[in-house]
Amino acid sequence: MLQGASPRSPTMSWLPIAPNFRDDLRAALDQAKPSDALERLAALAAHRLGFLETVQLDRALARLDLKEAPGFQPVRLAILASSTVDHLPPAIRVAGLRRRLLIEVHGGAYGQYRQDLLDPASALRRFKPQAVLFSLSAREAIAGISLAATAAEVDSAIGRFIGGLRSLWRRAREIGGAAVIQQTFMDVSETLFGGYDRMVPGAPGSVVARLNDRLIEAAAEDGALVLDVARASQRDGIDAWFDVGRWLQGKLEIAPQAAPFYGDLAARILAALRGLSKKCLVLDLDNTLWGGVIGDDGLDGIVLGEGSAAGEAHLALQHYAKLLKERGVILAVCSKNDAKVAEAVFRDHPEMVLRRSDIAAFLANWDDKAQNLKTIAARLNIGVDSLVFVDDNPVERARVRQSLPMVAVPELPEDAAHYVRCLAEAGYFEAVAFTSEDRERAQQYAANAEREALLGSAESMDEFLRGLNMSVVCGPFTSVDHARVVQLINKTNQFNTTTRRYASEEVAHITSLPEALTLQFRLVDRVGDNGLVSTMILRPTPEDEDVLEIENWVMSCRVFGRELEYEAMNIAVEAARERGARALVANYIPTAKNDVIKTLYPNLGFTEVNQSAPANGATRWLINLADYVERDTHIVVQEQQDD
Amino acid sequence: MTDQEILSKFTRILRDLLLDDSIELAMETRREDVPNWDSFNYINFIVAVEIEFGVKFKVADIESFANVGAIVKETTKMLA
Repeated sequence: MLQGASPRSPTMSWLPIAPNFRDDLRAALDQAKPSDALERLAALAAHRLGFLETVQLDRALARLDLKEAPGFQPVRLAILASSTVDHLPPAIRVAGLRRRLLIEVHGGAYGQYRQDLLDPASALRRFKPQAVLFSLSAREAIAGISLAATAAEVDSAIGRFIGGLRSLWRRAREIGGAAVIQQTFMDVSETLFGGYDRMVPGAPGSVVARLNDRLIEAAAEDGALVLDVARASQRDGIDAWFDVGRWLQGKLEIAPQAAPFYGDLAARILAALRGLSKKCLVLDLDNTLWGGVIGDDGLDGIVLGEGSAAGEAHLALQHYAKLLKERGVILAVCSKNDAKVAEAVFRDHPEMVLRRSDIAAFLANWDDKAQNLKTIAARLNIGVDSLVFVDDNPVERARVRQSLPMVAVPELPEDAAHYVRCLAEAGYFEAVAFTSEDRERAQQYAANAEREALLGSAESMDEFLRGLNMSVVCGPFTSVDHARVVQLINKTNQFNTTTRRYASEEVAHITSLPEALTLQFRLVDRVGDNGLVSTMILRPTPEDEDVLEIENWVMSCRVFGRELEYEAMNIAVEAARERGARALVANYIPTAKNDVIKTLYPNLGFTEVNQSAPANGATRWLINLADYVERDTHIVVQEQQDD
Repeated sequence: MTDQEILSKFTRILRDLLLDDSIELAMETRREDVPNWDSFNYINFIVAVEIEFGVKFKVADIESFANVGAIVKETTKMLA
């Protein structure tokens, strides 16, 4: 970087600017109740914060000294680093607050990460992290590789390094099934040969590129997640992410001005692990999906498609939305328009990429958009906080943010050419897996529409359910379905009895325990395969091994009202009896979202066990298997084939 | 920008950074005169000043600034 030039900062352009940050921060700290102060800080964290604002906000958060708070999920994250990372935890905590996560960060001394992992008495192990982030510099990986090394020599050196890394990942996982997050290697090397660099296997730039390729392969095999600073630094330019002065002064590999963005990258992975990624993209129409106003300009007048730069820009957003749909994001429309006029564009405009059938909920009317967003969430059976609302109109955006602060509303740039970039950069849909369920989700939503039509034509609920010809395929968790099981457990918020979240490794561990009983349910009907839609984890209680506790039970909202909960319990009781159990116990832990199952256990014949009222409002339920009355349902049971 | 103007901006930056509105900087203030202004927060301060003023200090200068006044002078020089 040129001397005298200011450092470039990666900016979170999708977040609105805080108009009055200093005063708002101080006002937050003046709140009498820490929980009120926390809400105000979380609201501030949802703005575009620079380096200094991030540090301040974190300092304010530290003053509150809250380890937990209602409406916020606590997370314990350890960072293991080979460079100085003291500047990263504040940014990670602030980005966590943006997602209503209270992240406690444990950072070891830099370069100490191997000892910390291996020493059974280390502070790291006592901290019991739920996620471990490896923030390593490429320097140590490439140190032993000479410039003259052959491709084979480079490969074997990298193989050894990655092998060492994988054993560290294993160690990290052994600490209570922590999720592993590995930062990609930033290429801070300078060119030696110019354009010829990449043709020399031992040239630093070549080695780092190779290292990252191998890292991604290993991460995919081992189920580690990736925090991709290599890609971020390529996008923003290495000067935005690496400042050689800071490296020389304090061995900081991530430049301080990049810390807020880094924190957001880390927090989105932690949020995704907890099922907090967004699920649905809600699109405005006029001047968002196309240029112009369909009601005024008509089908011939709107700007869309090839032949006009602006028309292609809007088309690019449609293409991007279509890709999001293919990866499992639900699409919806929320527009101030006449419904018939708006739908006609989807049907009749030759340049439209999105078709009406791509849109799971289509609300074009003259009502308040916040109200329409609530309707969309209700219709799709997802939380309002699972929505991202894309609208070119700053007034609409501000109104939605004000009345529904839990909806993500990106601050779209004025130029439609940059809409896609803004939406993509925001990372709303951060994934920790891409499962077959994701690929088929759009189809499943379409199938559900068909089922709703069947329901409409049926004389009674009973006739509807009978007409569906449902069968459930069930059995223990399998390795084939592992990723989907983990995803379902962690993304389900409504039918979730305990809202306990499980890392991938933890699920694998439980599956391997002989005393644990795991059940997965796939519901098939005449319209189609609903996929794997429910899971249950049961374990013997510590007090009495003949009593099995339903530690967690989730069911996808797609199959509510289909009697699956009754058939699942029939199956669970049968499996428990086979093991010689005499009773089942279960907790129901209420959250803001699982009200729909508050009478689940009494409906299934469980009776409440008296206990002193716990702080989380949990109730405990018991049924003696001898008393269980099997429920008649319209679902036929099939055992799954072993994998 | 006068030295006083720069100094008052520096004061605001350090108050924000340490979340301490009682901080008053003078040209002769040294780091050890300000509670909690440790080496980590010294780098943070430099970063914040660089962003705010759009300047970039030399590595050698950063490790040899004797007091706040020296940083003010260097900033003035770069803004010129």
